Amino acid sequence: MASENPTASEYIKHHLQNLTFGQHPDGSWGIAETSKQAADMGFWAIHLDTMGFSIGLGILFLAMFRFAAKKASVATPTGLQNFVELMVEFVDNSVKESFHGKSKVIAPLALTIFVWIFLMNLMDLVPIDFIPRIATDVFGIEYFKIVPTTDINAALGMSLSVFFLIIFYSISIKGVGGFMKELTLQPFNTPIMIPFNFVLEVVGLLAKPVSLALRLFGNLYAGELIFILIALLPWGVQWALSVPWAIFHILVITLQAFIFMMLTIVYLSMAHEEH
Amino acid sequence: MNLNLTLIGQAISFAIFVWFCMKFVWPPVIAALEERSKKIADGLEAANRASRDLELAQEQADQILRESKDNAAEIIEQANKRANQMIDEAKEQVIADGKRLREAAQAEIEQDVMRAKEALRAQVSVLAFAGAEKILGATIDEKAHSEIVEQLAKEL
Repeated sequence: MASENPTASEYIKHHLQNLTFGQHPDGSWGIAETSKQAADMGFWAIHLDTMGFSIGLGILFLAMFRFAAKKASVATPTGLQNFVELMVEFVDNSVKESFHGKSKVIAPLALTIFVWIFLMNLMDLVPIDFIPRIATDVFGIEYFKIVPTTDINAALGMSLSVFFLIIFYSISIKGVGGFMKELTLQPFNTPIMIPFNFVLEVVGLLAKPVSLALRLFGNLYAGELIFILIALLPWGVQWALSVPWAIFHILVITLQAFIFMMLTIVYLSMAHEEH
Repeated sequence: MNLNLTLIGQAISFAIFVWFCMKFVWPPVIAALEERSKKIADGLEAANRASRDLELAQEQADQILRESKDNAAEIIEQANKRANQMIDEAKEQVIADGKRLREAAQAEIEQDVMRAKEALRAQVSVLAFAGAEKILGATIDEKAHSEIVEQLAKEL
């Protein structure tokens, strides 16, 4: 913690600050000591906690699924394999329902999005002070945020990747001409309305990744903020609020992972289809 | 809350995870699932086929049974007919034999009667001559009267 007895606003700010590594304005490299220092680093800085936890969780996801995939056989599945097959089947059905094109990428992409986001969201249910306290007291790390999806960079990183896939598929399926036609001749199919159409469609196109990222980030950020606020209450009554909120949050984190996955599938299927 | 290099780092790790998932996780699981569903479908089809075969076999067995029953009935009927025929034939044979025997017996009897009559006739003429000789006390011209006596004997 920044000080022995932080005020409420200090406590909240402290919990919302990532562990940032970057170049200080004076030219030296290092970890930001305060949130102002982190902000001064500008774009060329990296959130070590976000990266660490998201990559760790991603590897956990892939290791688990790879372990099950290796053993996957016709025989009656048990335990982990059952769970993995359930997930794969669930995602496969979701993809088949909304996506009618042929693509080898969409389904694994959807599975990765769903499980990875779910795991990252799940970190929200770890008691809010638990890991940051260990990080501070044992490793001497000042700031530590363990929920990668409450970092806008993580959400936007995924949604921008999806956005590039939308553009890639739009162009590879419809060609550059077809894609431009879609952007300029809708919704009003007359040459006079081309500028108007273009503005409308580009805004619509850009809104996809932004809304995708902000929805996930907003939900998780708000959720974590409420956990932080609950943590400010006297310790005896915290459970009365944090337990219901955590239970409700189980729904939220699953739902947000599912929404991100479904919207990705829908956007990509829209990119595949001619209007 | 700052946008920074993390964004790109996240995008790169996301891409790597998706690639790994696409390469090493998705295909084996989906292959196993498809193979299993195919196996289940095959199993169901085999079960269907087996029950259809069973039905067919049952039908065939029923038909064979029915045919053999019909055959048996026919054979029994034929045997009955044959038996009746044999009995009839035997009866006829017996009747014919009896008739023939009776006829033979009758013919023999008639022959015997004839023979007896002949003998009697011969005797009668001798007796008649003797009687007449005795009655008349004289010799009768055998030659003249034998014609009359023979006529008499014939009337016997």
